[in-house]
Amino acid sequence: MRHIISVLVENEPGALSRIVGLFAQRNYNIMSLNVAPTEDETLSRITITTFGSDRVIEQITKHLNRLIDVVKVMDLADGAHIERELLLVKTRAVGAQRDEIKRVTDIFRGQIIDVTPSIFTIQLVGTSSKLDAFLEAIDPLLVMEVVRSGVSGIARGERHLSI
Amino acid sequence: MELLSGGDMLMRALQDEGVEHIFGYPGGSVLHIYDAIFRQDKIQHILMRHEQAATHAADGYTRSSGKVGVVLVTSGPGATNAITGIATAYTDSIPMIVLSGQVPAERVGEDAFQETDMIGISRPIVKHSFIVKRGDEIPEIIKKAFHIATTGRPGPVVIDIPKNTTAPTERFPYSYPETVSLRSYNPSVKGHPKQIKKAVELLLAAKRPVIYAGGGVILSDACDELVEMAELLGYPVTNTLMGLGSHPATNKQNLGMLGMHGTFEANTAMHHADLIFAVGARFDDRVTNTVSKFCPNATIVHVDIDPATISKIVEAHVPVVGDVKDVLTKMLVQVKAAETKPDQEALAEWWSQLNEWRERYGLQVAPRYKTDGEKLMPQEVVSMLYKVTEGDAYVASDVGQHQMFAAQYYLFDKPRRWLNSGGLGTMGYGFPAAIGAQFAHRDANVVCVTGEGSIQMCIQELSTCMQYNIPVKIICLNNSALGMVKQWQDMHYEGRYSGILYEDSLPDFVKLVEAYGHVGIKVTKREELEEKMRECFALKDRLVFMDIEVDPSEHVYPMQIAPGAMRDMWVSKTERT
Repeated sequence: MRHIISVLVENEPGALSRIVGLFAQRNYNIMSLNVAPTEDETLSRITITTFGSDRVIEQITKHLNRLIDVVKVMDLADGAHIERELLLVKTRAVGAQRDEIKRVTDIFRGQIIDVTPSIFTIQLVGTSSKLDAFLEAIDPLLVMEVVRSGVSGIARGERHLSI
Repeated sequence: MELLSGGDMLMRALQDEGVEHIFGYPGGSVLHIYDAIFRQDKIQHILMRHEQAATHAADGYTRSSGKVGVVLVTSGPGATNAITGIATAYTDSIPMIVLSGQVPAERVGEDAFQETDMIGISRPIVKHSFIVKRGDEIPEIIKKAFHIATTGRPGPVVIDIPKNTTAPTERFPYSYPETVSLRSYNPSVKGHPKQIKKAVELLLAAKRPVIYAGGGVILSDACDELVEMAELLGYPVTNTLMGLGSHPATNKQNLGMLGMHGTFEANTAMHHADLIFAVGARFDDRVTNTVSKFCPNATIVHVDIDPATISKIVEAHVPVVGDVKDVLTKMLVQVKAAETKPDQEALAEWWSQLNEWRERYGLQVAPRYKTDGEKLMPQEVVSMLYKVTEGDAYVASDVGQHQMFAAQYYLFDKPRRWLNSGGLGTMGYGFPAAIGAQFAHRDANVVCVTGEGSIQMCIQELSTCMQYNIPVKIICLNNSALGMVKQWQDMHYEGRYSGILYEDSLPDFVKLVEAYGHVGIKVTKREELEEKMRECFALKDRLVFMDIEVDPSEHVYPMQIAPGAMRDMWVSKTERT
């Protein structure tokens, strides 16, 4: 099953490599990885999407907790949560293609954020499956480049990850 | 406040931490530190002959004494040579501080001379690591490093020290922090009361219990509690390779070691148990045999300080996360106060079964070797060692058949007497570990049981022993082949001996050790073994190397059969369960 694991880590050099290294070393999967500072400058938040049996996920969270730089770990999939991913797509857009791409982008509530006479750059935010669906909806032959941010997520309601 | 350079602060911080010995090897990046060592007299630096040996010596020092071993190596090859020893300590949860020099910070990343990314290379085999950015951080980093290395599940900590941070030109006010607080590191040491209560209930209700005690009992200094618990309940105890000595081997409740080369009675008891009380053990693959067939009827109560160890291999029915000593102490109180007592009738029946198994194939009553042949058997050498040292030596071993023979036939009654690379299986560990142990116990008998293969992996340390007058006794079970590999090639590859023979290239070990200034004794016959071994141990102040020719065809038994359950074993070359 797919899980979204959020990790608060000390903003120390090497902290990220310890986490990524742990996944490689223990043969855990990383589907996406997202790292950024938080409102507290001493902390970074790392969001990892992974999949595995409950037992594997339990091991992953235990091993993450074992790392000295890791302050807190939360498996967002344990409760109600919101997840978002940013997608940037650069496509060829000439002639009739321009209308077609614009229409599909509107349907998915994306935005065209850069335009040249022959190219659109599209921004789309949503769950990973929505982004997948968008990529399936446009002509793959037109796609020049796809950039995805990896999943970010936050728990709904009272549940929160902070110190 | 006193102003000190980074190098001097490092030495002062180590002194304040109570360090007495550093096992090391100098080089360019650590010159400032070596100068600081020279200008102080509280800590003795021991010049090893290889950085791997330095780490093993620090490891042996730690295992035998409980005091944290400290290693100092230079950057580049000094650091990479230390890796095997760090990994050895990590796998066996041995605390250790490794100070590695690094090129000056402004050179880092430029592929400078003797530069290597020590933090990166050591990352998967350390509990934690630090890079010193400024000299004035050193006291705090040392404090944190010792705290992390010794608390929770212990392990090695690497501190990478760029040369500029120890320079004599820059001085800082020195003070050693009294406490340390790390918001991201608070190992849970106290067992959860509810879990402890459940564990006690299950323990008291058991009809065929086995206490399965590992190295965590020794690390947690909980051997007395374990012995008391076993005695109070009257339950049998089996030890892992790492747990030998946590419960006295000569105690009648002790079934000996379990696992791949464990005793028949221990492995069979595990298989038939209705309750496994695992304490400070980790269900290693060298214990469980095939996991799906492991102890089919048992409820598993698992006490360990590391939550990640619990239910990693075998699902625990009642997990208790906590320091073994704390948990056992609390359980003892409850066991004593409990109204229910162990079912004496069931227990008597269980013991009569256990004793029957012990009578059948027990190593002490029915040794797994014959002494009617011409050749000396490795097992009888270990038994003789046990007799001559009166079971009271510190025994380090390397890895292979001799290690298993030592584990099977030297009966450890005390913790911290048995030093071996249980998890990583590092050949070359034994001799330097014995050196480290001798530094911690100057007057004790310290022995290295080894083979002609393993000993050659760190044999250069004979020179170290001459320099520091380290009188360890090396018992080399020489079977002229890499015996454990040979055993597997015999059993699984129809005796095709690939890469295990020396083709008459072995050195004359007696001459070799004599060249280093030590004493060598060659033994080839059964009749001379005892006399020569007594001669060896009578030379209190000398390193003695006993090169003992043993039967090259001998295998280690029992040996679990894979795939299979705990009880599936070869008990000799021709008999299996």
